[in-house]
Amino acid sequence: MMKKHMIWDLFFTFMKIGLFTFGGGYAMISIIEDCCAEKKSWITHEEMMDITVIAESTPGPIAINCATYIGCKQAGFTGSLAATAGIVAPSFLIIFWISRFLDNFLEIPLIYRAFRGIKIGVGLLILDAALTMIKKMRKKELPIVIMVSSFVLMFLINLFSWNFSSISLMTAAGLVSLAVFLLGGGSKKKGGAL
Amino acid sequence: MICLHLFLGFLKVGCFAFGGAYGAIPLIRDVVLSYGWLTDESLTYMIAVSESTPGPIMVNLATYVGSSQAGLPGALAATFAVVLPSFLVIHFITLALKTLIKKPYVQAVLQGLKPCIIGIILATGLYMTLNHCISFTEGYIFHVPEMVITALLSGAIWGSRRFQKKRLSPIALILISACLGVILYA
Repeated sequence: MMKKHMIWDLFFTFMKIGLFTFGGGYAMISIIEDCCAEKKSWITHEEMMDITVIAESTPGPIAINCATYIGCKQAGFTGSLAATAGIVAPSFLIIFWISRFLDNFLEIPLIYRAFRGIKIGVGLLILDAALTMIKKMRKKELPIVIMVSSFVLMFLINLFSWNFSSISLMTAAGLVSLAVFLLGGGSKKKGGAL
Repeated sequence: MICLHLFLGFLKVGCFAFGGAYGAIPLIRDVVLSYGWLTDESLTYMIAVSESTPGPIMVNLATYVGSSQAGLPGALAATFAVVLPSFLVIHFITLALKTLIKKPYVQAVLQGLKPCIIGIILATGLYMTLNHCISFTEGYIFHVPEMVITALLSGAIWGSRRFQKKRLSPIALILISACLGVILYA
């Protein structure tokens, strides 16, 4: 009985998340954190950070990765199915309806105006998510150096539309961190200090 | 037959799209154009619609392309295919992660990846926000309505933290920004 309740809870929570996320993965992280870590306590903030890393380094939509992980953790395979189906359902229904019945969706004035507002909200939402993550970050030298340099590089990549993907940036950061760990002797003490 | 092609095409997208939707768009374009399903122009329109509707952009785009090619069965085939790889990969990782995550080498890599992602997210958010207010490409044009909305929303986020002692829920923020858009762009 309890488990059945959890399955429905997962489905509807992720349906809500799917219905209110605009603009892709990073904005989604903020909403998932709010619903699943803050309100429901399904996962910790630390775990949310781990999932973000895993989601970014595995293929596919970040939202699907997160939904599958959280669903699986809460209620096993059925849970992961419920959460994933939940997050896909609103997209599927809305887009299917648009593709069948609305030829010029983006020219509807109300939709166009609301979306111009939402676009600005999404930017701020992503900014807010990053600031919250920084507040919770461990304030040690290496993470701060990596964080600041990835920020500067990524900002320049955006600004000048350089053809350099965030995956290469992540690979570099992982390698630098591993190199520092190995040069530090790979001892447990050093590793913990990172 | 078209459904099978949709399934295989979007399975490829789901398998190789790293780093979110914007990384996936070139891949989707490649698949869609190579099968000759859509012209570049109608694909661009579909991308715009997928970005302006709720939900993961990749899922939206898969549903849209599938539906336009083969109705409901096509939409189902494409959507299922784009979701399947992530779903399986995460199950595999959760199984492997329990033992793997405790290894010091894995921890060392993760400790480098986390601050890197925070930096990337910060840069993306800041760039998006600035880019809405000021056009960089066309010689620094300031957009007043965008600046007003940015200021009002920032005020709402800050006010909620300061006076209500909690974060403004992202859903509330989206709803407020949609309303502001409807009012200010009238």
